[in-house]
Amino acid sequence: MQENENLTPEHDDVHDTHDHHEGFFRKYIFSLDHKMIGKQFLIYGLLMLFLGGGLAMLFRWQLAYPEITEDVAAKLENVESRLAKPLPIIGASDEFLKEYLETGELKPKTMADRYWVNVIESDDVEWAEENIPFGIMTPAFYNMLFTMHATIMVFFVVVPILVGAFGNFLIPLMIGTRDMAFPVLNMLSFWLAVLAAGIMIAGFFVPGGHASAGWTGYTPLSADPEWTGVGWGMNLWAISLLIQGFSSLVGSINYITTIINMRAPGMTFFRLPLVIWALFIVAILLLLAFPVLSSALALLIFDRLAGTTFFTNTSTGGGDPLLWQHLFWFFGHPEVYILILPGMGIASELIPAFSRKPIFGYRSMVYAMIAIAFLGWVVWGHHMFQSGMRPGMGAFFMTTTMLIAVPSAIKTFNWLGTMHKGSIRFTTPMLHAIAFVSMFVVGGLSGIFMANTPVDIAIHDTYFIVAHIHYVVFGGSLFAIFGGIIFWFPKMYGRYMNDTLSKIHFWLTFISFNCTFFPMHILGMGMHRRRIENPLATAYTQDFEGMNIFITMSAFTLGAVQLILVFNFFWSIYKGKVAEKNPWHVNTLEWEAPTPVPHGNFAQIPTVHRGPYEYSVPGEEADWIPQAQPEPVPASAGD
Amino acid sequence: MLGWYTENISTYAKGVDGLFALIFWITIVAFILVMLTLILFLILYRHRSGHKAEYIEGSTKLEIIWTTATTVIVFGLALLSFPQWNKLKSPAENPDYTVQVRGEQFNWYFIYPGPDNEIGTEDDLEFENEMNVPVDKVIQLYLTSKDVIHSFFVPQLRLKQDVLPNRIIDFTKFRAQKIGKYEIPCAELCGFGHATMIGSLNVLSQEDYDSWVAENWQPQE
Repeated sequence: MQENENLTPEHDDVHDTHDHHEGFFRKYIFSLDHKMIGKQFLIYGLLMLFLGGGLAMLFRWQLAYPEITEDVAAKLENVESRLAKPLPIIGASDEFLKEYLETGELKPKTMADRYWVNVIESDDVEWAEENIPFGIMTPAFYNMLFTMHATIMVFFVVVPILVGAFGNFLIPLMIGTRDMAFPVLNMLSFWLAVLAAGIMIAGFFVPGGHASAGWTGYTPLSADPEWTGVGWGMNLWAISLLIQGFSSLVGSINYITTIINMRAPGMTFFRLPLVIWALFIVAILLLLAFPVLSSALALLIFDRLAGTTFFTNTSTGGGDPLLWQHLFWFFGHPEVYILILPGMGIASELIPAFSRKPIFGYRSMVYAMIAIAFLGWVVWGHHMFQSGMRPGMGAFFMTTTMLIAVPSAIKTFNWLGTMHKGSIRFTTPMLHAIAFVSMFVVGGLSGIFMANTPVDIAIHDTYFIVAHIHYVVFGGSLFAIFGGIIFWFPKMYGRYMNDTLSKIHFWLTFISFNCTFFPMHILGMGMHRRRIENPLATAYTQDFEGMNIFITMSAFTLGAVQLILVFNFFWSIYKGKVAEKNPWHVNTLEWEAPTPVPHGNFAQIPTVHRGPYEYSVPGEEADWIPQAQPEPVPASAGD
Repeated sequence: MLGWYTENISTYAKGVDGLFALIFWITIVAFILVMLTLILFLILYRHRSGHKAEYIEGSTKLEIIWTTATTVIVFGLALLSFPQWNKLKSPAENPDYTVQVRGEQFNWYFIYPGPDNEIGTEDDLEFENEMNVPVDKVIQLYLTSKDVIHSFFVPQLRLKQDVLPNRIIDFTKFRAQKIGKYEIPCAELCGFGHATMIGSLNVLSQEDYDSWVAENWQPQE
C-alpha cells in the first residue's frame, strides 16, 4: 500500500514506455499483465466449454435413442426390441444397418454408410470401429463421455472462468492496484492450466480410451485397469488434475496476497466489493482444498502404476475404497462452493448496480459467504450416505448440510431486498443476474431433498442429483458468468457486446436450459438411474423414453444457442460499439481506470472514500457516487 | 408431480415417502413465495423516468427473522428425519430370513443359507440375478462385492445401499408387502456393464416361496 501511494505519474510513464517495447509474445502469449492473463483464462474456458458441451450432446443422443434388448422387450407389453439409433450425420443409415444385420451384405446408402463399409473392410481395428461402430456408441465410450464432460466442465471451464478470468481481471482493478502481487506466478498459473488441459485432451487419443470411472473416479473402479479396461487414459486424467491443482494453488496464493496487501488507500475490508470478498474466500478454499485432492490423486497414481493398495482392499492389500471417497469429497465439497461463490459475488455486483440501490445487508452477505465457506468443510459425508459409511455419521452430515441452507437463504433474501424499492434496469447483465437468483433458488431447494438422509436413499444416484448440480452450476455459475462477461466486456475490450444478440442468447438459453434440466427432477422422482448408457434397460423406466427425447432436443438447442454467444463475443471485440469509461454508471474502482485499461491500470492510484454500493444517496443529484470520489467536505477535502 | 414417484411396497420405507412429500410441499411453497416476490419487485420497481430508488442499506431485524426462520425449518426437518434414518439403516432385530448378496461385474449373486439356516456353510445355495423372498417377512441382507463398488437398489422398496469389496454391510433389511417381480438395478457406476446389471426380486406368497425352497434346496440328512 505504501508503495502504491508513492507512485508518481512519472513512474507511470516508465510503465507506458515499457509497454511499447513489449513484443507480441510478451504482450499476448507470455503476458505478465493480470488483464491479459484474465482474458487468456476467459478464452481458454470458453473453448473448453465447447468441448465439454459437445461431449454432453453426444451422450444425450444415446440417452434418447438407446437399444431395447429382447430381454427387456420380453418383460413388457407393447414394446419391441430394437437397436440404438446411430448418431446423426456420422452414423450409418437405418436401412443399411438393418440389411447388414439381416443378410450380412454391405450396401451403402449414404456417405456415412460408405465410410463404415471402409472401416469394416479394412484390416486394422480403427478407433471408430472400437468406440462407435456404425455411429452407435459402446457403453465404455459412453462412460468416457460423461466422465470427461463433468471433469472438463468443473476443472477446465467453471473454475478457470470464474476464478482465473474474473479473479485476474477484477481483483487488481477493483481493489485499486497496478497488478497482482506475483505477476510471474500468475503467468505460471495460466500456463500450467494450459499444460493440464493439453494432457487431459491427450487422454482421448491413448489406447484404451480416456478415464471412464466418473469425474469422481471412485476406487477401486479407477484404481485398477482391470475393472474398466482403461490404461493410460486414467493415468493422464490423474496427472492432468494434479497439474491443474498446482495451477489453482499458485493462483490462489497470488489472490490472497494481493487482496491482503495491495488494497488502495482507504479500501478497508468492509469497503471491498462483494465479488472480491467471494474471490478472496474462494482463494482460501482452493488453497486448502486442492492439496487434499492432489494427495489423493498421487496415491491413486501409485496404486495404478506402483502396485500400492491405498484404495483397494483385496486379499493382498490393506487399503480401503472408502478412503478415496472421503478424500475426494473433503476436497469436492469445498470445490462445489468454489464453483458457486464467485457467481454469488458477480450477482451481488450486478443487482445493486442495476437496481440503483445499495446491496441489502452488506455485512450479512459477507458473513453468509464466510459461513458457507466454513460449513463447506464439514458436509462432505452427504455424498456418502449410501456408501457403506456407518449410518451414525449420516445424522451428523445431514445436520451440517441442512445448516448450509441458512446462509444460502440469507443471500437470496438479501438479493430480493436489494431489488425492493429500487429502480430496476432490465439490461442483459441484470437479466442474467435475475436468472442466477431464480435458478439458484431451484438448485438450493432441490438440495434439501438430498440432504435429508431417508429421502436421499431413494434419489441418490438418480437424475435428481443431475438436475440439482446443473441448476447450481449451470443455472447458477454459468448465468453469472454470462452476465459478468457482458457487464465487464466494455472494460475488457473497450467495446459493448451486441445487445440484441445478447438478449436473444439470454432468452433462448434460459428457456432451453429449463427444458433440459427441469424434467430431470421428474426422472429422478421416477428413480431413473444416472450414469447409465441405456435408460430402457430397466422396465420401470420405460415410461420416460419420451421425456428423455425431449431433454435431448432441448440439450441440443441449448448447445446450439451458445454459438450466438461465441460469435457475439469475438465479433464485438473488433466491431462492437465503442464504450465510454463507465458505461453502466457503477461505483467500483475498475470503472475509474481508463478504457482500454493501460499497463499499470491507473494513472494515479485512487483513494477510496466509501463503500462500493452508494447508489441513490439522498440529497445527491446523481444516483451513484464512485468509491474514489472525494467527500465534498469544504476545507479539508482530502486526497 | 408427486405422481411420478414410483410405487412403494416397503413397510420400513413408508416414512421416506412422507418426508419426501413434506419437503416437496415446503420447497414448492418457498419457491412460489420467492418467485412471486421477485416478479412483484421486478414489476413494481422497474425503472421509470423521474423515479429514484430508495436508499436502504439493510435491516438487522429482517436478517434475524429470516435467519431464525430458515434455521428452525431445517432443524425441524433434520429432527423428523433422524428416527427414520435410524430405523432404515440398522440391522433387523428378529429377521425371518437372511440372504447374502454379492455384486460382481455385472451380476448380482444371492446366497441362501440352505437347509441348515446358516450362511457360510457348505450347503449354502447361490443364485444368479434371481432373488426370491416371501411377502411380508423381514429379510436381513448381508451385502458385499467381489470387485468394485456396486449399489443394491430396489426402487419400489426405497432401498439403496452401496456394496464394497471385502466388507460385509449388515444394516440393510426390508419387508416387501406386495407380491410381484421387481428389478434390482445397480446404482453405482461399476464399469461398462453398469446399465445392464439388473437383478430380479421376486416377492412370492409364503406357499410359493416354500415350494420354491422345497424344489431347489436339497434337503440334507
